[in-house]
Amino acid sequence: MTTETVRRWRKPPFIRNPVLRYGLLVGSIAYVWWGLSTLPFDWPRIQEGLPRAIRMMQGAFPPSFERSNLLINGFVESIQIAVLATVVGVLISIPVAFMASRNLAPRPVYLAGRAIIILARSFHPVIVAILFVKAVGFGPLAGILTLVVYSLGFVAKLLAERIEEIDWGQVEAMKAAGAGYFTTLIYAVFPQIMPRQIGLSIYQLDSNLRASAVVGVVGAGGIGATLMNAFKRYDYDFAFAITLLIIGVILLSEAFSGYVRRKLS
Amino acid sequence: MSQSATLPREWHRYTPRQRLVRFLSYLTVVAVVVWAVSEVDIVWPWLFDAPNAMADLLGRMMPPDFSRTDAIVMSLLETLNIATIATMGGVLISLPVAYLAAQNTTPNRVCLWIGRVILVSSRSVNTLIWALLFVAIFGPGVLAGILAIMFRSVGFIGKLLGEAIEEIDRKPVEAIEATGASRAKVILYAIVPQVVPTFFAVAILRWDINLRESTVLGLVGAGGIGLLLQGAIDLFAWQMVATILLAIIVVVLAGEALSGWLRRKVI
Amino acid sequence: MAAASSSSPGELRSMLKISNLVKSYGSDKPVLRNLDLTVPERSVVSIIGASGAGKSTLLRCINRLVEPTSGDIELNGVNLTRLQGRELRTARRRIGMIFQSFNLVDRLTVMENVLSGRLGYVSFFRAAFRRFPQEDIDRAFHFMERVGIAHYANKRADELSGGERQRVGVVRALMQGPEILLADEPTASLDPKTSEQIMALLRSLSEELALPVLINIHNVAEAKEYTDRIVGMRFGRIIFDGAPSTLDQAAMDQIYAGVPAEDRLADGAGVQVLKVASS
Repeated sequence: MTTETVRRWRKPPFIRNPVLRYGLLVGSIAYVWWGLSTLPFDWPRIQEGLPRAIRMMQGAFPPSFERSNLLINGFVESIQIAVLATVVGVLISIPVAFMASRNLAPRPVYLAGRAIIILARSFHPVIVAILFVKAVGFGPLAGILTLVVYSLGFVAKLLAERIEEIDWGQVEAMKAAGAGYFTTLIYAVFPQIMPRQIGLSIYQLDSNLRASAVVGVVGAGGIGATLMNAFKRYDYDFAFAITLLIIGVILLSEAFSGYVRRKLS
Repeated sequence: MSQSATLPREWHRYTPRQRLVRFLSYLTVVAVVVWAVSEVDIVWPWLFDAPNAMADLLGRMMPPDFSRTDAIVMSLLETLNIATIATMGGVLISLPVAYLAAQNTTPNRVCLWIGRVILVSSRSVNTLIWALLFVAIFGPGVLAGILAIMFRSVGFIGKLLGEAIEEIDRKPVEAIEATGASRAKVILYAIVPQVVPTFFAVAILRWDINLRESTVLGLVGAGGIGLLLQGAIDLFAWQMVATILLAIIVVVLAGEALSGWLRRKVI
Repeated sequence: MAAASSSSPGELRSMLKISNLVKSYGSDKPVLRNLDLTVPERSVVSIIGASGAGKSTLLRCINRLVEPTSGDIELNGVNLTRLQGRELRTARRRIGMIFQSFNLVDRLTVMENVLSGRLGYVSFFRAAFRRFPQEDIDRAFHFMERVGIAHYANKRADELSGGERQRVGVVRALMQGPEILLADEPTASLDPKTSEQIMALLRSLSEELALPVLINIHNVAEAKEYTDRIVGMRFGRIIFDGAPSTLDQAAMDQIYAGVPAEDRLADGAGVQVLKVASS
């Protein structure tokens, strides 16, 4: 023990290769610096921000619930949009999910199904909403169509994953009993995916209600449109009231959706 | 007793109570749908015309116009920078908020509630609505976009990170406390190592989401590719719109692939 | 041994004195009832007793991971029961603890786990950047060599086997330069052979470092073989205290006798039996 030499210890670095390690460090610092310096900040305008924020705050307090008619109509429309989009979206998502599951669909159909899902998921609902607003005009119809696409992308993706995980033994048992393609589907596949599909639908209803508040901002109806109008008219007290109500409704809907899904499982 | 043998044997999948609950659930769903369909403010002819309208729109988009590719690329780069820088900012802010909002690390009940209120208000207001607010304050531009995405990310990352902190294994914490380490050192040695994997996973996931969200910021004037898109739509330059949409798909898919790869790499 | 004697815990006359210790959770029956125990320097004491007898609570009261309800605990003349904040942390540094499930930080390296025993001594900056003083590193290598895990220094703690992980736990406790070691079922998660190795290790460390060691243990055979003194606990009281050779079948029966739940709740019956037995 007396011959012990001095032994140093340093924590082994997270990234072993020193070139990569310092390269990443320098690279990310350089990136942030470059990013911040190239982004077109409008400094003179930004400097006006603080007084403006104070003026907005003064305008927003106290929130005004006076035009409760507009408020209620906006929310009712949002709920209608969410409900209809969920029903239609979930119904369409079932065949698409079957198309997009590797174990049930032939390869070309599978690829087509996957392409539909990827396309539906790639665009933010707001972009889809703008296109629909241009195609079918302002109002809830554009909102519903947008959220149908949004629901389709999400529900079909997760449902397809569930279908790919089904217990194949039950399908074989049905086939062995001489059942046809659709009978097999109804008796061996549906029971396995239904609980998931119902859970997903309820989750999607909640998601759609949230999203309906946003797509309205670009003219697709619902409370979002009410909010956008209030903002444009500098009715900050009304806008604040709408925002508070949106938060409240979203929390309620989240709690409700969580409660129902816990009950179901 | 002999009667029971002669009773007709029936089979039902559900008990009467279950059947009642199911029936009422179906009834509620149907009633809500019927109400929604009958009350919703839709001009039905527009719906039936929708396929034509969409086909018409798609027709006008063909062929995509690639003449302003450089502007689109610059704009996409700006979008990417907004998403990345805002994610970094959001991550930094969400760390202390998660610490406050986790029951087992929060200093006291007041802090717990402050943390929770921050998380809830951040999460319940959509990025686009945050963007509206910041555009109104700081004027149209990238700063409003960055702030909007940052404010929305804090709630998302903070909530998931807070839950991860609440789920850690208590035992190492007890052991480090037993060595006489202060609160800060216990966090550093017993809590941080346990939440690091979640931290990276959540940050990468949020970056992916933020990339998607930053493509629409421009529609309310908060910078990025959305600005170009809005401009092209306003000018009815549908062929240009098609190119921008294609570019967005490419970036979003690339972002998804990159974030998936990073998550596998880091964890 | 240079590293060990530099903090010179062995030169003090280590002694733990517990008097009249009570711990109750809420309004339930107390887990520890007016318990007295004295542990002199250099002895290895095992505490045996059925699950729920209060062994683990007793150990955790000593370093205040559990707050005692009343009573006094004195370690080398310092009363631990009323310390707060920094004073409490300074006191905890003097008490090493070893756990049943090792309680290592899995995602840190063995060396970091070992060095975490010094957290009560180093500054926050050193802790955060893992820049520990060279003496601490020397001491860590010294103890890791002593227990045979030095070659694992940069491995992650969760890559080690159970016995190796417990050695890391032991070294972490020794790094504190403790005046006493508390071991809470240190071998309960280990296979028989490894658990004997750990018991032998604790025994010889106690002799080398002149450390008193207090061990909660389920395995009576191991307790008899590796410790100098056995304390039998039952329902929060000590009902046996003596050399391993004096622990006969009758004493064992008293310590582990099953008492119906009703008697346990009605303070009377169960305890009366014990009083007769221990007198």
